[in-house]
Amino acid sequence: MNIYVLVKRTFDTEEKLVISGGKIQDDGAEFIINPYDEYAIEEAITVRDEHGGEVTVITIGGEEAEKQLRTALAMGADKAVLINTEDDLEEMDEFTTSYILAEYLKDKEADLILAGNVAIDGGSGQVGPRVADLLDINYVTTITSLKIDGSTVTIVRDIEGDAEELETSLPLLVTAQQGLNEPRYPSLPGIMKAKKKPLEELELDDLDIEEDDVEAKTETIEIYLPPKKEAGRVLEGDISAQVSELVGLLRNEAKVI
Amino acid sequence: MSKKVLVLGETREGALRNVTFEAIAAAKKISGGGEVVGVLIGDSVADFGAELVNYGADRVITVEHPHLKSYTSDGYGQAFMAVIDQENPEGIVFGHTAVGKDLSPKIASKLQSGLISDVTNIEGEGDDAVFVRPIYSGKAFEKVKSKEGLTFITVRPNNITPLAKEERSGDISSLSVDITNLRTIIKDVVRKSAEGVDLSEAKVIVAGGRGVKSTEGFEPLQELANLLGGAVGASRGACDADYCDYSLQIGQTGKVVTPDLYIAAGISGAIQHLAGMSNSKVIVAINKDPEANIFKVADYGIVGDLFEVIPMLTEEFKKVM
Repeated sequence: MNIYVLVKRTFDTEEKLVISGGKIQDDGAEFIINPYDEYAIEEAITVRDEHGGEVTVITIGGEEAEKQLRTALAMGADKAVLINTEDDLEEMDEFTTSYILAEYLKDKEADLILAGNVAIDGGSGQVGPRVADLLDINYVTTITSLKIDGSTVTIVRDIEGDAEELETSLPLLVTAQQGLNEPRYPSLPGIMKAKKKPLEELELDDLDIEEDDVEAKTETIEIYLPPKKEAGRVLEGDISAQVSELVGLLRNEAKVI
Repeated sequence: MSKKVLVLGETREGALRNVTFEAIAAAKKISGGGEVVGVLIGDSVADFGAELVNYGADRVITVEHPHLKSYTSDGYGQAFMAVIDQENPEGIVFGHTAVGKDLSPKIASKLQSGLISDVTNIEGEGDDAVFVRPIYSGKAFEKVKSKEGLTFITVRPNNITPLAKEERSGDISSLSVDITNLRTIIKDVVRKSAEGVDLSEAKVIVAGGRGVKSTEGFEPLQELANLLGGAVGASRGACDADYCDYSLQIGQTGKVVTPDLYIAAGISGAIQHLAGMSNSKVIVAINKDPEANIFKVADYGIVGDLFEVIPMLTEEFKKVM
Protein backbone atom coordinates (compact mmCIF):
# COMPACT_ATOMS: atom_id res chain seq x y z
CA MET A 1 0.00 0.00 0.00
CA ASN A 2 1.22 3.44 -0.95
CA ILE A 3 0.79 5.60 2.16
CA TYR A 4 1.52 9.31 2.64
CA VAL A 5 1.38 11.36 5.83
CA LEU A 6 1.09 15.16 5.88
CA VAL A 7 3.11 16.56 8.76
CA LYS A 8 3.57 20.01 10.24
CA ARG A 9 6.29 21.33 12.52
CA THR A 10 4.70 23.30 15.38
CA PHE A 11 5.59 25.03 18.63
CA ASP A 12 5.83 22.73 21.62
CA THR A 13 2.61 22.85 23.63
CA GLU A 14 4.62 23.95 26.68
CA GLU A 15 5.86 27.11 24.97
CA LYS A 16 4.71 30.53 26.11
CA LEU A 17 4.22 32.91 23.20
CA VAL A 18 6.13 36.16 22.80
CA ILE A 19 5.20 38.63 20.08
CA SER A 20 7.53 41.30 18.78
CA GLY A 21 7.44 43.26 15.56
CA GLY A 22 3.99 41.81 14.81
CA LYS A 23 5.33 38.26 14.68
CA ILE A 24 5.50 35.35 17.05
CA GLN A 25 9.10 34.97 18.21
CA ASP A 26 10.47 31.51 17.70
CA ASP A 27 14.10 32.06 18.73
CA GLY A 28 15.03 29.35 21.17
CA ALA A 29 11.53 27.86 21.21
CA GLU A 30 11.13 24.09 21.20
CA PHE A 31 9.44 22.61 18.15
CA ILE A 32 7.60 19.32 17.81
CA ILE A 33 5.58 17.34 15.28
CA ASN A 34 2.01 18.66 15.50
CA PRO A 35 0.47 16.24 18.09
CA TYR A 36 -2.43 15.25 15.81
CA ASP A 37 0.06 14.44 13.02
CA GLU A 38 1.78 12.01 15.40
CA TYR A 39 -1.42 9.97 15.50
CA ALA A 40 -1.44 10.02 11.70
CA ILE A 41 2.17 8.79 11.52
CA GLU A 42 1.51 6.03 14.05
CA GLU A 43 -1.58 4.87 12.17
CA ALA A 44 0.30 4.91 8.85
CA ILE A 45 3.03 2.69 10.29
CA THR A 46 0.44 0.30 11.76
CA VAL A 47 -1.41 0.03 8.44
CA ARG A 48 1.85 -0.61 6.58
CA ASP A 49 2.95 -3.28 9.04
CA GLU A 50 -0.39 -5.04 8.56
CA HIS A 51 -0.89 -4.64 4.81
CA GLY A 52 2.62 -4.03 3.47
CA GLY A 53 3.76 -1.05 1.44
CA GLU A 54 5.61 2.12 2.19
CA VAL A 55 5.05 5.22 4.34
CA THR A 56 6.25 8.60 3.08
CA VAL A 57 6.03 11.66 5.35
CA ILE A 58 5.77 15.08 3.70
CA THR A 59 6.12 18.54 5.12
CA ILE A 60 6.25 22.07 3.79
CA GLY A 61 8.56 24.51 5.49
CA GLY A 62 12.15 25.56 5.92
CA GLU A 63 15.38 23.63 6.46
CA GLU A 64 14.73 23.25 10.18
CA ALA A 65 11.68 21.02 9.53
CA GLU A 66 14.13 18.23 8.68
CA LYS A 67 14.33 17.51 12.41
CA GLN A 68 10.63 16.62 12.62
CA LEU A 69 10.89 14.51 9.46
CA ARG A 70 13.81 12.58 10.97
CA THR A 71 11.69 11.97 14.07
CA ALA A 72 8.91 10.54 11.86
CA LEU A 73 11.49 8.34 10.11
CA ALA A 74 12.76 7.20 13.52
CA MET A 75 9.20 6.24 14.50
CA GLY A 76 9.17 3.98 11.45
CA ALA A 77 8.25 5.91 8.30
CA ASP A 78 10.25 4.80 5.24
CA LYS A 79 10.86 8.02 3.33
CA ALA A 80 10.52 11.74 3.84
CA VAL A 81 9.95 14.72 1.59
CA LEU A 82 10.62 18.34 2.53
CA ILE A 83 9.09 20.89 0.21
CA ASN A 84 11.19 23.91 1.01
CA THR A 85 9.35 27.17 0.36
CA GLU A 86 11.66 29.38 2.42
CA ASP A 87 13.21 31.22 -0.52
CA ASP A 88 10.07 31.40 -2.65
CA LEU A 89 7.13 32.33 -0.48
CA GLU A 90 6.68 35.13 2.02
CA GLU A 91 3.05 34.52 2.80
CA MET A 92 1.14 31.27 2.78
CA ASP A 93 -2.35 30.30 3.74
CA GLU A 94 -4.30 27.04 3.62
CA PHE A 95 -4.95 27.50 -0.09
CA THR A 96 -1.20 27.76 -0.72
CA THR A 97 -0.27 24.75 1.38
CA SER A 98 -2.97 22.50 -0.06
CA TYR A 99 -2.14 23.44 -3.64
CA ILE A 100 1.54 22.60 -3.17
CA LEU A 101 0.83 19.29 -1.42
CA ALA A 102 -1.69 18.28 -4.09
CA GLU A 103 0.74 19.14 -6.89
CA TYR A 104 3.30 16.87 -5.24
CA LEU A 105 0.79 14.06 -4.64
CA LYS A 106 -1.15 14.15 -7.91
CA ASP A 107 0.94 11.56 -9.78
CA LYS A 108 1.91 9.44 -6.74
CA GLU A 109 -1.12 7.13 -6.85
CA ALA A 110 -1.53 7.22 -3.09
CA ASP A 111 -3.86 4.59 -1.64
CA LEU A 112 -4.09 6.25 1.73
CA ILE A 113 -3.17 9.75 2.88
CA LEU A 114 -3.21 10.61 6.58
CA ALA A 115 -2.97 13.96 8.34
CA GLY A 116 -3.76 15.46 11.72
CA ASN A 117 -7.28 16.87 11.93
CA VAL A 118 -5.92 20.26 12.94
CA ALA A 119 -2.55 21.89 13.62
CA ILE A 120 -2.28 23.32 17.11
CA ASP A 121 -0.73 26.57 15.84
CA GLY A 122 -2.90 27.83 12.96
CA GLY A 123 -5.86 25.77 14.11
CA SER A 124 -7.90 25.89 10.89
CA GLY A 125 -8.05 22.17 10.02
CA GLN A 126 -8.47 22.89 6.32
CA VAL A 127 -5.51 21.31 4.59
CA GLY A 128 -6.56 17.63 4.71
CA PRO A 129 -10.00 18.06 3.08
CA ARG A 130 -8.64 20.63 0.61
CA VAL A 131 -5.91 18.24 -0.56
CA ALA A 132 -8.45 15.41 -0.94
CA ASP A 133 -10.71 17.67 -3.01
CA LEU A 134 -7.83 18.73 -5.27
CA LEU A 135 -6.87 15.08 -5.78
CA ASP A 136 -10.55 14.19 -6.26
CA ILE A 137 -10.46 11.45 -3.61
CA ASN A 138 -12.81 10.92 -0.68
CA TYR A 139 -11.91 12.10 2.83
CA VAL A 140 -13.04 11.42 6.38
CA THR A 141 -12.05 13.79 9.19
CA THR A 142 -11.47 13.34 12.95
CA ILE A 143 -11.20 9.54 12.85
CA THR A 144 -10.72 7.44 15.99
CA SER A 145 -10.58 4.00 14.34
CA LEU A 146 -9.49 2.73 10.93
CA LYS A 147 -9.87 -0.81 9.57
CA ILE A 148 -8.93 -1.79 6.05
CA ASP A 149 -10.18 -5.05 4.56
CA GLY A 150 -9.40 -5.40 0.86
CA SER A 151 -10.85 -2.28 -0.71
CA THR A 152 -13.38 -1.71 2.10
CA VAL A 153 -12.47 0.79 4.79
CA THR A 154 -14.42 0.87 8.06
CA ILE A 155 -14.00 4.00 10.12
CA VAL A 156 -15.22 5.44 13.39
CA ARG A 157 -15.09 9.21 13.56
CA ASP A 158 -15.65 11.66 16.38
CA ILE A 159 -18.47 14.09 15.73
CA GLU A 160 -18.60 16.50 18.64
CA GLY A 161 -18.26 13.70 21.17
CA ASP A 162 -20.48 11.13 19.43
CA ALA A 163 -19.03 8.22 17.45
CA GLU A 164 -20.10 7.82 13.82
CA GLU A 165 -19.42 4.49 12.11
CA LEU A 166 -19.07 4.55 8.37
CA GLU A 167 -17.85 2.57 5.41
CA THR A 168 -15.88 3.84 2.43
CA SER A 169 -13.11 2.69 0.11
CA LEU A 170 -9.59 3.47 -1.03
CA PRO A 171 -8.08 5.77 -2.23
CA LEU A 172 -8.85 7.89 0.79
CA LEU A 173 -7.60 10.76 2.91
CA VAL A 174 -8.25 10.64 6.65
CA THR A 175 -7.47 13.11 9.43
CA ALA A 176 -6.59 11.82 12.88
CA GLN A 177 -8.39 12.66 16.10
CA GLN A 178 -7.12 11.99 19.59
CA GLY A 179 -7.93 8.44 20.67
CA LEU A 180 -6.96 6.90 17.31
CA ASN A 181 -3.87 5.27 18.80
CA GLU A 182 -0.96 5.82 21.17
CA PRO A 183 1.97 7.18 19.14
CA ARG A 184 5.23 5.32 19.78
CA TYR A 185 8.41 7.01 20.88
CA PRO A 186 11.33 6.62 18.48
CA SER A 187 13.62 3.82 19.67
CA LEU A 188 17.39 4.22 19.72
CA PRO A 189 17.87 1.79 16.80
CA GLY A 190 15.03 3.65 15.06
CA ILE A 191 16.88 6.94 15.48
CA MET A 192 20.09 5.39 14.08
CA LYS A 193 18.26 3.93 11.09
CA ALA A 194 16.45 7.21 10.43
CA LYS A 195 19.74 8.94 9.66
CA LYS A 196 20.20 6.72 6.62
CA LYS A 197 16.62 6.79 5.33
CA PRO A 198 15.97 8.86 2.18
CA LEU A 199 14.93 12.48 2.73
CA GLU A 200 14.18 14.29 -0.51
CA GLU A 201 14.19 18.08 -0.62
CA LEU A 202 12.14 19.87 -3.27
CA GLU A 203 11.45 23.46 -4.17
CA LEU A 204 8.47 24.96 -6.00
CA ASP A 205 10.46 24.86 -9.26
CA ASP A 206 10.78 21.08 -8.97
CA LEU A 207 6.98 20.85 -8.87
CA ASP A 208 6.52 23.32 -11.74
CA ILE A 209 4.65 25.70 -9.46
CA GLU A 210 4.76 29.43 -10.15
CA GLU A 211 4.60 31.73 -7.13
CA ASP A 212 1.48 33.39 -8.58
CA ASP A 213 -0.35 30.04 -8.65
CA VAL A 214 -0.10 29.74 -4.90
CA GLU A 215 -0.59 33.33 -3.78
CA ALA A 216 -2.45 33.36 -0.46
CA LYS A 217 -6.16 34.22 -0.63
CA THR A 218 -6.25 35.63 2.89
CA GLU A 219 -4.00 38.04 4.72
CA THR A 220 -3.05 38.23 8.38
CA ILE A 221 -2.92 41.89 9.35
CA GLU A 222 -2.21 41.64 13.05
CA ILE A 223 -1.16 39.09 15.67
CA TYR A 224 -1.61 39.87 19.35
CA LEU A 225 -1.77 38.27 22.77
CA PRO A 226 -5.05 38.13 24.70
CA PRO A 227 -5.35 40.75 27.45
CA LYS A 228 -3.75 39.48 30.62
CA LYS A 229 -6.32 38.32 33.09
CA GLU A 230 -6.14 39.81 36.57
CA ALA A 231 -5.91 37.32 39.36
CA GLY A 232 -9.36 36.58 40.69
CA ARG A 233 -10.71 36.29 44.18
CA VAL A 234 -10.06 33.27 46.31
CA LEU A 235 -12.98 33.12 48.71
CA GLU A 236 -12.56 32.71 52.45
CA GLY A 237 -14.47 31.43 55.45
CA ASP A 238 -15.98 28.01 56.00
CA ILE A 239 -16.82 26.01 52.91
CA SER A 240 -20.60 26.39 53.11
CA ALA A 241 -20.27 30.18 53.45
CA GLN A 242 -17.91 30.22 50.45
CA VAL A 243 -20.35 28.17 48.40
CA SER A 244 -23.27 30.51 49.06
CA GLU A 245 -21.06 33.54 48.43
CA LEU A 246 -19.97 32.01 45.11
CA VAL A 247 -23.56 31.41 44.01
CA GLY A 248 -24.38 35.01 44.91
CA LEU A 249 -21.37 36.33 42.96
CA LEU A 250 -22.18 34.26 39.87
CA ARG A 251 -25.78 35.50 39.91
CA ASN A 252 -25.34 39.13 40.91
CA GLU A 253 -21.78 40.21 40.06
CA ALA A 254 -20.78 38.04 37.09
CA LYS A 255 -24.44 37.56 36.04
CA VAL A 256 -23.76 34.27 34.27
CA ILE A 257 -26.44 32.18 35.98
CA MET B 1 -20.09 47.17 -1.72
CA SER B 2 -22.99 45.21 -0.32
CA LYS B 3 -22.73 41.47 -0.66
CA LYS B 4 -24.98 38.46 -0.97
CA VAL B 5 -24.00 36.02 1.80
CA LEU B 6 -25.07 32.39 2.17
CA VAL B 7 -25.43 30.83 5.64
CA LEU B 8 -25.56 27.07 6.13
CA GLY B 9 -28.20 26.29 8.76
CA GLU B 10 -27.64 23.28 11.00
CA THR B 11 -30.02 21.28 13.13
CA ARG B 12 -29.40 19.03 16.09
CA GLU B 13 -32.01 16.86 17.76
CA GLY B 14 -34.82 18.36 15.75
CA ALA B 15 -34.03 22.03 16.31
CA LEU B 16 -31.83 24.66 14.70
CA ARG B 17 -28.52 25.08 16.48
CA ASN B 18 -27.68 28.39 18.18
CA VAL B 19 -24.54 28.67 16.09
CA THR B 20 -26.78 29.04 13.03
CA PHE B 21 -28.33 32.21 14.47
CA GLU B 22 -24.84 33.45 15.32
CA ALA B 23 -23.76 32.73 11.74
CA ILE B 24 -26.70 34.79 10.42
CA ALA B 25 -25.55 37.74 12.56
CA ALA B 26 -22.01 37.31 11.16
CA ALA B 27 -23.39 37.14 7.62
CA LYS B 28 -25.31 40.40 8.20
CA LYS B 29 -22.02 42.13 8.98
CA ILE B 30 -20.24 40.68 5.97
CA SER B 31 -23.18 41.60 3.72
CA GLY B 32 -22.79 45.28 4.60
CA GLY B 33 -26.47 45.91 3.96
CA GLY B 34 -26.74 43.28 1.23
CA GLU B 35 -28.72 40.06 1.34
CA VAL B 36 -28.42 37.11 3.74
CA VAL B 37 -29.66 33.82 2.33
CA GLY B 38 -30.16 30.85 4.66
CA VAL B 39 -29.46 27.40 3.23
CA LEU B 40 -30.97 24.26 4.77
CA ILE B 41 -29.83 20.81 3.65
CA GLY B 42 -31.35 17.49 4.78
CA ASP B 43 -34.12 14.99 4.14
CA SER B 44 -36.79 17.10 5.80
CA VAL B 45 -35.75 20.64 6.72
CA ALA B 46 -38.24 23.03 5.10
CA ASP B 47 -40.06 23.57 8.42
CA PHE B 48 -37.01 25.35 9.85
CA GLY B 49 -37.03 28.02 7.10
CA ALA B 50 -39.35 30.44 8.89
CA GLU B 51 -37.17 30.45 12.00
CA LEU B 52 -34.07 31.35 9.97
CA VAL B 53 -36.02 34.33 8.63
CA ASN B 54 -37.11 35.31 12.15
CA TYR B 55 -33.43 35.38 13.16
CA GLY B 56 -32.50 37.67 10.29
CA ALA B 57 -32.16 35.72 7.03
CA ASP B 58 -33.72 37.67 4.14
CA ARG B 59 -34.76 34.47 2.41
CA VAL B 60 -34.12 30.73 2.62
CA ILE B 61 -33.30 27.99 0.13
CA THR B 62 -33.93 24.39 1.09
CA VAL B 63 -32.37 21.34 -0.55
CA GLU B 64 -34.13 18.10 0.41
CA HIS B 65 -33.21 14.60 -0.68
CA PRO B 66 -33.40 11.17 1.01
CA HIS B 67 -29.61 10.86 0.57
CA LEU B 68 -29.14 13.97 2.68
CA LYS B 69 -30.61 12.44 5.86
CA SER B 70 -27.11 12.01 7.33
CA TYR B 71 -24.26 14.38 6.64
CA THR B 72 -21.66 13.23 4.13
CA SER B 73 -19.18 15.61 2.52
CA ASP B 74 -20.18 14.29 -0.91
CA GLY B 75 -23.93 14.73 -0.39
CA TYR B 76 -23.83 18.10 1.34
CA GLY B 77 -21.06 19.22 -1.02
CA GLN B 78 -23.21 18.56 -4.08
CA ALA B 79 -26.22 20.25 -2.48
CA PHE B 80 -24.32 23.35 -1.38
CA MET B 81 -22.47 23.70 -4.70
CA ALA B 82 -25.84 23.62 -6.49
CA VAL B 83 -27.00 26.54 -4.32
CA ILE B 84 -23.77 28.40 -5.09
CA ASP B 85 -24.28 27.85 -8.82
CA GLN B 86 -27.75 29.34 -8.56
CA GLU B 87 -26.90 32.24 -6.27
CA ASN B 88 -23.30 33.30 -7.01
CA PRO B 89 -22.69 34.57 -3.46
CA GLU B 90 -19.95 36.99 -2.44
CA GLY B 91 -19.82 35.62 1.08
CA ILE B 92 -20.42 32.31 2.89
CA VAL B 93 -20.73 31.62 6.64
CA PHE B 94 -20.76 28.19 8.29
CA GLY B 95 -20.65 27.32 11.98
CA HIS B 96 -17.29 25.94 13.13
CA THR B 97 -19.01 22.66 13.98
CA ALA B 98 -18.34 19.05 13.00
CA VAL B 99 -20.25 19.62 9.74
CA GLY B 100 -18.84 23.11 9.15
CA LYS B 101 -15.24 22.02 9.76
CA ASP B 102 -15.61 19.01 7.47
CA LEU B 103 -17.47 20.70 4.61
CA SER B 104 -16.05 24.25 4.45
CA PRO B 105 -12.54 23.33 3.16
CA LYS B 106 -14.08 21.22 0.39
CA ILE B 107 -16.31 24.08 -0.77
CA ALA B 108 -13.43 26.57 -0.48
CA SER B 109 -11.24 24.24 -2.54
CA LYS B 110 -13.87 23.87 -5.27
CA LEU B 111 -14.23 27.66 -5.45
CA GLN B 112 -10.43 28.19 -5.24
CA SER B 113 -11.20 30.50 -2.37
CA GLY B 114 -9.65 31.49 0.91
CA LEU B 115 -11.38 30.34 4.09
CA ILE B 116 -11.07 31.99 7.49
CA SER B 117 -11.88 29.29 10.06
CA ASP B 118 -12.98 29.53 13.67
CA VAL B 119 -13.79 33.24 13.78
CA THR B 120 -14.66 34.65 17.22
CA ASN B 121 -15.25 38.31 16.36
CA ILE B 122 -15.84 40.56 13.35
CA GLU B 123 -14.65 44.15 13.18
CA GLY B 124 -16.09 46.44 10.50
CA GLU B 125 -18.61 45.54 7.82
CA GLY B 126 -18.86 44.65 4.15
CA ASP B 127 -15.56 44.96 2.29
CA ASP B 128 -13.87 46.36 5.39
CA ALA B 129 -14.71 43.37 7.56
CA VAL B 130 -11.74 42.03 9.54
CA PHE B 131 -11.99 38.67 11.26
CA VAL B 132 -10.53 37.82 14.65
CA ARG B 133 -9.58 34.20 15.29
CA PRO B 134 -7.63 32.45 18.02
CA ILE B 135 -4.32 30.82 17.11
CA TYR B 136 -2.13 28.53 19.21
CA SER B 137 -5.37 27.32 20.84
CA GLY B 138 -6.16 30.77 22.20
CA LYS B 139 -2.67 31.64 23.44
CA ALA B 140 -2.77 34.41 20.80
CA PHE B 141 -5.18 35.97 18.30
CA GLU B 142 -4.86 37.07 14.71
CA LYS B 143 -6.83 39.51 12.58
CA VAL B 144 -7.35 38.23 9.06
CA LYS B 145 -9.10 39.51 5.98
CA SER B 146 -9.91 38.17 2.56
CA LYS B 147 -7.64 39.58 -0.11
CA GLU B 148 -10.16 39.48 -2.93
CA GLY B 149 -13.11 37.50 -4.21
CA LEU B 150 -15.28 35.45 -1.91
CA THR B 151 -15.34 36.07 1.86
CA PHE B 152 -15.77 32.63 3.43
CA ILE B 153 -15.67 32.12 7.19
CA THR B 154 -16.68 29.63 9.88
CA VAL B 155 -17.76 31.05 13.25
CA ARG B 156 -16.92 29.47 16.58
CA PRO B 157 -20.07 28.72 18.60
CA ASN B 158 -20.87 31.00 21.57
CA ASN B 159 -18.93 34.05 20.43
CA ILE B 160 -21.03 36.17 18.07
CA THR B 161 -24.27 37.62 19.42
CA PRO B 162 -27.30 36.54 17.38
CA LEU B 163 -29.92 39.08 16.27
CA ALA B 164 -33.09 39.25 18.32
CA LYS B 165 -35.80 36.86 17.16
CA GLU B 166 -38.69 38.77 15.60
CA GLU B 167 -41.57 37.97 13.30
CA ARG B 168 -40.11 38.69 9.90
CA SER B 169 -41.13 37.68 6.42
CA GLY B 170 -38.95 36.20 3.73
CA ASP B 171 -39.25 33.87 0.79
CA ILE B 172 -38.61 30.17 1.37
CA SER B 173 -37.89 28.27 -1.83
CA SER B 174 -36.67 24.79 -2.58
CA LEU B 175 -33.97 23.70 -4.98
CA SER B 176 -34.03 20.21 -6.36
CA VAL B 177 -30.61 18.58 -6.64
CA ASP B 178 -29.66 15.11 -7.84
CA ILE B 179 -27.45 13.59 -5.15
CA THR B 180 -25.29 10.83 -6.64
CA ASN B 181 -22.14 8.85 -6.13
CA LEU B 182 -21.81 9.06 -2.35
CA ARG B 183 -18.47 7.52 -1.44
CA THR B 184 -19.25 7.28 2.27
CA ILE B 185 -22.02 5.16 3.81
CA ILE B 186 -23.01 6.06 7.37
CA LYS B 187 -23.69 2.88 9.34
CA ASP B 188 -24.46 4.11 12.82
CA VAL B 189 -24.02 6.95 15.26
CA VAL B 190 -23.27 5.98 18.85
CA ARG B 191 -24.22 8.67 21.32
CA LYS B 192 -21.43 9.20 23.80
CA SER B 193 -22.05 12.79 24.83
CA ALA B 194 -24.32 12.90 27.85
CA GLU B 195 -27.60 14.76 28.13
CA GLY B 196 -27.53 16.30 24.68
CA VAL B 197 -25.56 19.47 25.48
CA ASP B 198 -22.67 19.84 23.09
CA LEU B 199 -19.43 20.87 24.79
CA SER B 200 -18.50 23.47 22.19
CA GLU B 201 -21.89 25.18 22.39
CA ALA B 202 -22.48 24.81 26.14
CA LYS B 203 -23.02 28.03 28.09
CA VAL B 204 -21.86 26.29 31.27
CA ILE B 205 -19.10 23.69 31.54
CA VAL B 206 -18.22 21.76 34.68
CA ALA B 207 -14.80 20.20 34.07
CA GLY B 208 -12.92 17.65 36.13
CA GLY B 209 -9.23 16.80 36.32
CA ARG B 210 -7.12 14.17 38.00
CA GLY B 211 -8.63 15.29 41.30
CA VAL B 212 -11.89 13.60 40.27
CA LYS B 213 -10.08 10.29 40.88
CA SER B 214 -12.44 7.89 39.05
CA THR B 215 -15.26 7.52 36.52
CA GLU B 216 -17.76 7.66 39.39
CA GLY B 217 -16.09 10.84 40.55
CA PHE B 218 -17.58 12.61 37.54
CA GLU B 219 -21.15 11.95 38.75
CA PRO B 220 -21.45 14.99 41.04
CA LEU B 221 -20.01 17.13 38.22
CA GLN B 222 -22.62 15.77 35.81
CA GLU B 223 -25.37 16.49 38.32
CA LEU B 224 -24.28 20.12 38.62
CA ALA B 225 -23.93 20.44 34.85
CA ASN B 226 -27.43 19.03 34.33
CA LEU B 227 -28.90 21.47 36.83
CA LEU B 228 -27.24 24.42 35.07
CA GLY B 229 -28.11 23.14 31.58
CA GLY B 230 -24.45 22.67 30.84
CA ALA B 231 -21.98 19.98 29.81
CA VAL B 232 -19.17 18.08 31.50
CA GLY B 233 -15.59 18.46 30.30
CA ALA B 234 -12.24 17.11 31.42
CA SER B 235 -8.54 17.79 31.49
CA ARG B 236 -6.10 15.59 29.62
CA GLY B 237 -4.99 14.13 32.95
CA ALA B 238 -8.49 12.79 33.63
CA CYS B 239 -8.75 11.34 30.10
CA ASP B 240 -5.28 9.77 30.22
CA ALA B 241 -6.21 8.17 33.55
CA ASP B 242 -9.29 6.68 31.82
CA TYR B 243 -11.80 8.43 34.08
CA CYS B 244 -13.64 9.64 30.98
CA ASP B 245 -13.70 9.60 27.19
CA TYR B 246 -11.25 11.69 25.15
CA SER B 247 -14.24 13.38 23.52
CA LEU B 248 -14.57 15.37 26.75
CA GLN B 249 -11.01 16.66 26.70
CA ILE B 250 -10.52 20.42 26.81
CA GLY B 251 -7.13 21.88 26.01
CA GLN B 252 -4.52 22.47 23.35
CA THR B 253 -5.13 18.96 22.11
CA GLY B 254 -8.85 18.45 22.58
CA LYS B 255 -11.58 21.04 22.44
CA VAL B 256 -11.20 24.78 22.82
CA VAL B 257 -14.23 26.19 24.59
CA THR B 258 -15.57 29.62 25.50
CA PRO B 259 -18.63 29.14 27.73
CA ASP B 260 -20.14 31.89 29.90
CA LEU B 261 -19.19 29.90 32.99
CA TYR B 262 -16.36 27.37 33.34
CA ILE B 263 -16.13 25.51 36.63
CA ALA B 264 -12.77 23.71 36.96
CA ALA B 265 -12.85 21.03 39.65
CA GLY B 266 -9.68 19.23 40.67
CA ILE B 267 -7.80 20.64 37.67
CA SER B 268 -4.30 21.93 38.37
CA GLY B 269 -4.20 24.18 35.32
CA ALA B 270 -1.38 23.02 33.03
CA ILE B 271 -0.60 25.51 30.26
CA GLN B 272 -2.10 23.11 27.69
CA HIS B 273 -5.41 23.01 29.58
CA LEU B 274 -5.49 26.79 30.04
CA ALA B 275 -5.10 27.18 26.27
CA GLY B 276 -8.42 25.40 25.83
CA MET B 277 -10.53 27.35 28.33
CA SER B 278 -8.86 30.59 29.42
CA ASN B 279 -11.08 32.70 27.15
CA SER B 280 -14.20 31.55 28.99
CA LYS B 281 -16.17 34.53 30.24
CA VAL B 282 -16.15 33.57 33.93
CA ILE B 283 -13.91 30.90 35.46
CA VAL B 284 -14.42 29.25 38.84
CA ALA B 285 -11.63 27.09 40.27
CA ILE B 286 -12.13 24.49 42.96
CA ASN B 287 -8.93 22.81 44.09
CA LYS B 288 -7.41 21.47 47.29
CA ASP B 289 -4.03 22.98 46.45
CA PRO B 290 -4.03 26.76 47.01
CA GLU B 291 -0.91 27.02 44.82
CA ALA B 292 -2.58 25.37 41.80
CA ASN B 293 -2.02 27.26 38.57
CA ILE B 294 -5.75 27.27 37.79
CA PHE B 295 -6.31 29.98 40.44
CA LYS B 296 -4.22 32.39 38.34
CA VAL B 297 -6.83 32.48 35.59
CA ALA B 298 -9.90 32.02 37.81
CA ASP B 299 -12.29 34.86 38.56
CA TYR B 300 -13.43 33.09 41.72
CA GLY B 301 -11.65 30.37 43.62
CA ILE B 302 -12.53 28.01 46.42
CA VAL B 303 -9.70 26.13 48.11
CA GLY B 304 -11.30 22.85 49.09
CA ASP B 305 -12.22 19.28 48.28
CA LEU B 306 -14.32 19.10 45.11
CA PHE B 307 -16.31 16.16 46.54
CA GLU B 308 -17.40 18.45 49.35
CA VAL B 309 -17.78 21.68 47.35
CA ILE B 310 -19.54 20.48 44.17
CA PRO B 311 -22.54 18.78 45.88
CA MET B 312 -22.97 21.83 48.14
CA LEU B 313 -22.85 24.06 45.07
CA THR B 314 -25.55 21.94 43.43
CA GLU B 315 -27.76 22.23 46.53
CA GLU B 316 -27.17 25.96 46.75
CA PHE B 317 -28.10 26.50 43.08
CA LYS B 318 -31.24 24.38 43.59
CA LYS B 319 -32.35 26.78 46.32
CA VAL B 320 -32.14 29.86 44.13
CA MET B 321 -33.08 28.58 40.69
